Amino acid sequence: MYVVKIDDKTMESVEILAQLRLSDNEREKAREDMQKMLDYVEKLNELDTKGVEPMSHIFPVNNVFREDIVTNGDSREAMLANAPRQKEYQYLVPKTVE
Amino acid sequence: MRLLSLSAVELGDKIRKKEIGVEEAARAYLQQMKKQEPKVAAYLTVEEEGVLARAREVQKGIDEGRYTSPLAGVPVAVKDNICIEGVRTTCASRILENFVPTYTATAYENLERAGAVLLGKTNMDEFAMGSTTETSAFGITKNPWNPAYVPGGSSGGSCAAVAAGEACAALGSDTGGSIRQPAGYCGVTGIKPTYGTVSRFGLVAYGSSLDQIGPIGKDVRDCAALLEAIASHDPKDSTSMARQDTDFTKGLAGDMKALRIGVPEEYLGEGISPEVKAAVEKALETMRENGAAVEVFPLGMVDYVIPAYYIIAAAEASSNLERFDGVKYGYRAAEYEGLHDMYRRSRSEGFGEEVKRRIMLGSFVLSSGYYDAYYLKALRVKALIKRAFDRAFKKYDVLLAPSAPTTAPRIGESLKDPLQMYLGDIYTVAVNLAGLPGITVPCGLDEKGLPVGLQFIGDCFQEKKILQAACAYEEMRGKWRLAFEREEV
Repeated sequence: MYVVKIDDKTMESVEILAQLRLSDNEREKAREDMQKMLDYVEKLNELDTKGVEPMSHIFPVNNVFREDIVTNGDSREAMLANAPRQKEYQYLVPKTVE
Repeated sequence: MRLLSLSAVELGDKIRKKEIGVEEAARAYLQQMKKQEPKVAAYLTVEEEGVLARAREVQKGIDEGRYTSPLAGVPVAVKDNICIEGVRTTCASRILENFVPTYTATAYENLERAGAVLLGKTNMDEFAMGSTTETSAFGITKNPWNPAYVPGGSSGGSCAAVAAGEACAALGSDTGGSIRQPAGYCGVTGIKPTYGTVSRFGLVAYGSSLDQIGPIGKDVRDCAALLEAIASHDPKDSTSMARQDTDFTKGLAGDMKALRIGVPEEYLGEGISPEVKAAVEKALETMRENGAAVEVFPLGMVDYVIPAYYIIAAAEASSNLERFDGVKYGYRAAEYEGLHDMYRRSRSEGFGEEVKRRIMLGSFVLSSGYYDAYYLKALRVKALIKRAFDRAFKKYDVLLAPSAPTTAPRIGESLKDPLQMYLGDIYTVAVNLAGLPGITVPCGLDEKGLPVGLQFIGDCFQEKKILQAACAYEEMRGKWRLAFEREEV
């Protein structure tokens, strides 16, 4: 790890990755917060982790297979009721292809 | 003894013996809610009529012999990130304000099968991100011991509800201490089980490799009974385990003779408040006097748990929360230009500040060019943290720690400086990184009259050891009165 300076360009790409759009005020605050956090986590660099395998899960995780059989009932209406916008039993989104 | 003062196990017993009716119990809790909610604000959703209908149904089931569990008829509260079919589940977020799940979390389904009566859904930090319940989009829950203070978080509503006598027991979730820390602040008991013990199906995901649902109760026996009810291997959660030893209520009574207790010396050093330290040391002394072999030892890695945790949790959160995009459920911005703008505006308007902070940090540490330096580094450190605990459990049966360095902070103090708030998780997050079980039990009060929590930590799958030790300590400590019981004296 190395000291990373978070500039406006980095913030812009983080916003794209995070699918967020911040106001200028929010962005400046977010930049400061992230810089502070990254400076702090720099501490991990004190540790020599050469040869240590990254541990994503505590226990071994294996693929779990099952027969492809439908077990849940039809909850189409209940699910669609949660949609912010719907039309004829479909989710309605803005036009995506010109 | 007053109905509200009965533990869940005691109440269940009296209900089975027909000394108390299920509806009578539910009504007593609903009435207490009316009294306490204006002050505490622990709940986000309560449907009184649904509660009473369910109570009558459970009574019928008990009378007909369908409900035989020790918890049948016990009124419970459930944290609002645990889905229940047909009951609004918000995660205390604007983005899910009107979300009604079409399925039920397995953990709650298990509790329902045991005959529990749902009182309502409790407040929390938005998406379980926070340590005070102040990041909720729907108001702040107050600490029942003193409403000027926070209940802790993120399961602050569930812990406050039990402390205020507004629920007999509750479910919470714990990603970095979210059951154990608020249990400590609110003077109740709460356990985070070994990762994989309770199904995560239907728990809205925050940090999937760390999240566990767990019970919050009036005492250790209640937590054991609830955990026994909710633990299960679930085909819907491939990380859940088929454990054969989930009879957690068996053999709880016992003593501490020959119990080897290790206390990480770093946990009593820098950063701990003198009053918390004094309360914990007093508890250690009590255990020593009762035959436990208590030893202070260097655990190691303690300075690295917070940075590793926040990188990993933020990374997983950024990925898990991608699904909230204003299409299938949740909030959609009123104005936007095209699909991507709709995603971004809906998320920016729907998520609160702390959630956005973690999503952005997570997106950054997972991004190309930084992934190895931050995310993989944190996962390597996690492996070292796990090793430190492995070493400790070769020597000790149980580790002891405070549940937090201080008692509950004042409302409004914590969110000013997020990093400072994160540092308060120092005694709880390592347990999640290493997948361990941990239980918080109240061990005293500070000068302000706020509770101090004591945490018993066990090796993976050693819930019984920590439950037995915590139960033995409870007996030495003597009867603990909850916040609402002290008010009435």
